[in-house]
Amino acid sequence: MELTKDEEKSLNGEHGEVLQTAYRILSATGEATDAEKLVPIHWAHVSGVNYNTIGDAGEEFLASLSKDAKFKVRTTVNPMGYDKDSVEKFGLDENFIQKQESIRESYKKMGVIPSFSCIPYEIYDMPQEGTQVAFAETNAAIYANSIGKLKTNKESAFSALASAITGKSPYSDLRKDDSPTMSIAMKVSDPNELTFGLLGYFAGKVADKSVAISGVKNLDKRCNKSLCASMGTSGTCGKFVFDDNSDASEKVDFDEKEMQKVYDELNTAESGDMITLGSPQLGLDEMNDLASMLKGRAFKKRCLIFCPRTIQEQARHLGYADQLVSAGCELMSDCCTCLTPLVTKKDVDSVTTNSIKGAYYYKNSSGLDVNLKPLSKIIEDETG
Amino acid sequence: MTLKTIVRGKVTGKIIKSSQPINFLGSIDKKTGEITDQKHDLFGKNIADSILVFPNGIGSSVGAYTIYSLKSNNVAPAAMVCQKVDLTVASGCALANIPLFVLSPDEYGNMKDGDEISLG
Repeated sequence: MELTKDEEKSLNGEHGEVLQTAYRILSATGEATDAEKLVPIHWAHVSGVNYNTIGDAGEEFLASLSKDAKFKVRTTVNPMGYDKDSVEKFGLDENFIQKQESIRESYKKMGVIPSFSCIPYEIYDMPQEGTQVAFAETNAAIYANSIGKLKTNKESAFSALASAITGKSPYSDLRKDDSPTMSIAMKVSDPNELTFGLLGYFAGKVADKSVAISGVKNLDKRCNKSLCASMGTSGTCGKFVFDDNSDASEKVDFDEKEMQKVYDELNTAESGDMITLGSPQLGLDEMNDLASMLKGRAFKKRCLIFCPRTIQEQARHLGYADQLVSAGCELMSDCCTCLTPLVTKKDVDSVTTNSIKGAYYYKNSSGLDVNLKPLSKIIEDETG
Repeated sequence: MTLKTIVRGKVTGKIIKSSQPINFLGSIDKKTGEITDQKHDLFGKNIADSILVFPNGIGSSVGAYTIYSLKSNNVAPAAMVCQKVDLTVASGCALANIPLFVLSPDEYGNMKDGDEISLG
């Protein structure tokens, strides 16, 4: 990758340790993706906020970095480990809370917008089409490229952090307009958001950088988010296009049989001890929709709903929040279904959810069994 | 050997080779270096001080922190070798200063589990 003289100097440490670290990361990611140069970006979204995932090493790294680092562009952040408003209900140890607050403080010192959300594309105005951004959080990167018409690499926690500090990112394949070399034909009829989650997980496994999907039109937000999140979980693919006439050389089908295979890999329980919704976090439309679906009904088990704080505030204002609470939901902000320390084996053996991404991390990270169902079925089975 | 070097360094070590991609978030105990994903072909193995050979990284962007944590806890691989490199592995290795190489398909195929090799 070609660096400008100024970038070269930063890499050699002439502009201080922070920029040297940032450029070391950018040059490695640039080399890895065969980028020829760095380009300016206008928005960074960083992951690596939850103490449960980044641990002591991450907390110490951010504390040290934040002594001198300042974000150069608008920077938003992923969810952390808990919602301060309800944390006392969950019996987290003092050490966790102390380390999590240190991480929050480090990001604040660097100048972050305290979004603590994995759906930045739903709570902030989207820049104009074609704008270069740097999104870690895989569902957000894929959403930005595929639905939001922005341009981002499928950034890592560190590459997005380096982009926040420098305002630059490698000009890699996903930032260009290359056509996908693989096309997946959607052959499952009557799909719901879970079907699209299973499709995304399959696509992530078989596709490389980007993929065309045929036989799909006009998805609602719930289905789009489900597709993005599961695709980001299983592979390296960072973009999809809905295209019935793709000239991709490689073509594969996603039929009932393929869908069943993915379902059997991720669904490990007949029912769940509790219900969680919101991976990715729910947006305002989804909260409204859920409140309508729950009219006159109440959950028979504990049900946690994850949404960004700004969405929870709007939902309160519009009355959806009260409706959800009276239907037995607990609203949680600043954190997410995935990898929260609030849902563990200590309390439950299994969880019911409609999120493929949630299912993957419940199983692999938390050791919980998962019962996967679409939202309509969850409401049918779990409320009365 | 024609190596593409992403993070420089000279290392000698024993190869642990996987036929499957690795999601560093949720598959590895960052305190011990043990692979905890029961579905992974390296399940139960410890990658500390090894030359870790695997096709590529997948999944979470936060996996980069896992790589950094492995190094901070002195249980990181001595080097990593991939067929293709994603941003999570590249940036994690860059920050943790773990040598990282990309090999051609032939050379990658010649990497045998258990062999002692020198790279860099």
